[in-house]
Amino acid sequence: MSENPNNWPLWEIFIQSKRGLDHKHVGSLHATDAQMAIENARDVYTRRQEGQSIWVVPAGAISASQPDDAAMLFDPADDKTYRHPTFYQMPEGAKFI
Amino acid sequence: MIIGPNAMTDKEALFTYCLRRGDDNLILSHRLGEWCGHGPQLEEDIALANRALDLIGQARNYLQYAGTVEGKGRTEDDLAYLRDERHFVNVKLVELPNADYAHTMARNFLFDAWHLPLQQALTKSADAQLAAIAAKAVKEISYQLKTSGEWMIRFGDGTEESHRRAQTALDDLWTYTGELFVTDEVDAVLVKAGIVPEMAPIKAAFDATVGRVLAEATLKRPADGFMMSGGRQGKHSEHLGFMLAEMQYLQRAYPGAKW
Repeated sequence: MSENPNNWPLWEIFIQSKRGLDHKHVGSLHATDAQMAIENARDVYTRRQEGQSIWVVPAGAISASQPDDAAMLFDPADDKTYRHPTFYQMPEGAKFI
Repeated sequence: MIIGPNAMTDKEALFTYCLRRGDDNLILSHRLGEWCGHGPQLEEDIALANRALDLIGQARNYLQYAGTVEGKGRTEDDLAYLRDERHFVNVKLVELPNADYAHTMARNFLFDAWHLPLQQALTKSADAQLAAIAAKAVKEISYQLKTSGEWMIRFGDGTEESHRRAQTALDDLWTYTGELFVTDEVDAVLVKAGIVPEMAPIKAAFDATVGRVLAEATLKRPADGFMMSGGRQGKHSEHLGFMLAEMQYLQRAYPGAKW
């Protein structure tokens, strides 16, 4: 992101499309405070009935894993197929597991 | 529709009343539309365009209904694009050219602080169509007043420069607020029929909102002095003609042109 001091802080926006579903990340925007971020998110991300609830999070508050660490973090899971629950016999009559 | 000895008068009054509501929204919407692509931030640009579209929607409802009430076959487009300046009956407040962002937000705020209580009262109109138009508009205007009020507070309670700009905007615009509350025989006829509300409670609500927001914004309410008027009678500032020339150009140059 630009370091222009005139830029407003960046916020990450999460929208819940329906009651009971999770809030999904939809993008980011600039705002001077949380209230303005919610209002801007309303105008930018819910114009076409996409949501019924909005979360805003200061982008700086999110800690992210490093792409360089991807191999160390995620590759070891590749050969651990036993972690998938696919080695069980389906009990007779169970339709949904 | 009102049936009675003065049915024509009621009908004419209702037509003019709908034009006034429609024109306020249409003209302010056009001014806000002029910000498109020029907003101080991308997000504000989009928010203003959304607001302009809300106002266009409200203008359409009123102008459609005005055409129906008039009964001469004029459509919303005829009323928007084929009337001359002297036949527009919006308040002068909404036709003033855009200045800085504080000016735009102060105008929105003053307009909203009047518009919301008016539309809330119109939801109880004896005219079912006016009540329905108001019911839809109230949700939009509630949000508009919330955001324009928050901007007044941010500007007023912000930096020295933002405070100065907001106060200047209020001082410049204040003389145009009196016209929002002026009533004439159009209102009198319709108030009597229970179709439109009395203006006194609307003014009280406006005063309360302005007082509350400006206090929090540390801004000063300008003194009530000379107030502009004339817009409701079609007597406008020089700015409206230029705006209409641009707004109506296409329909005037290519009559009947359609998307």
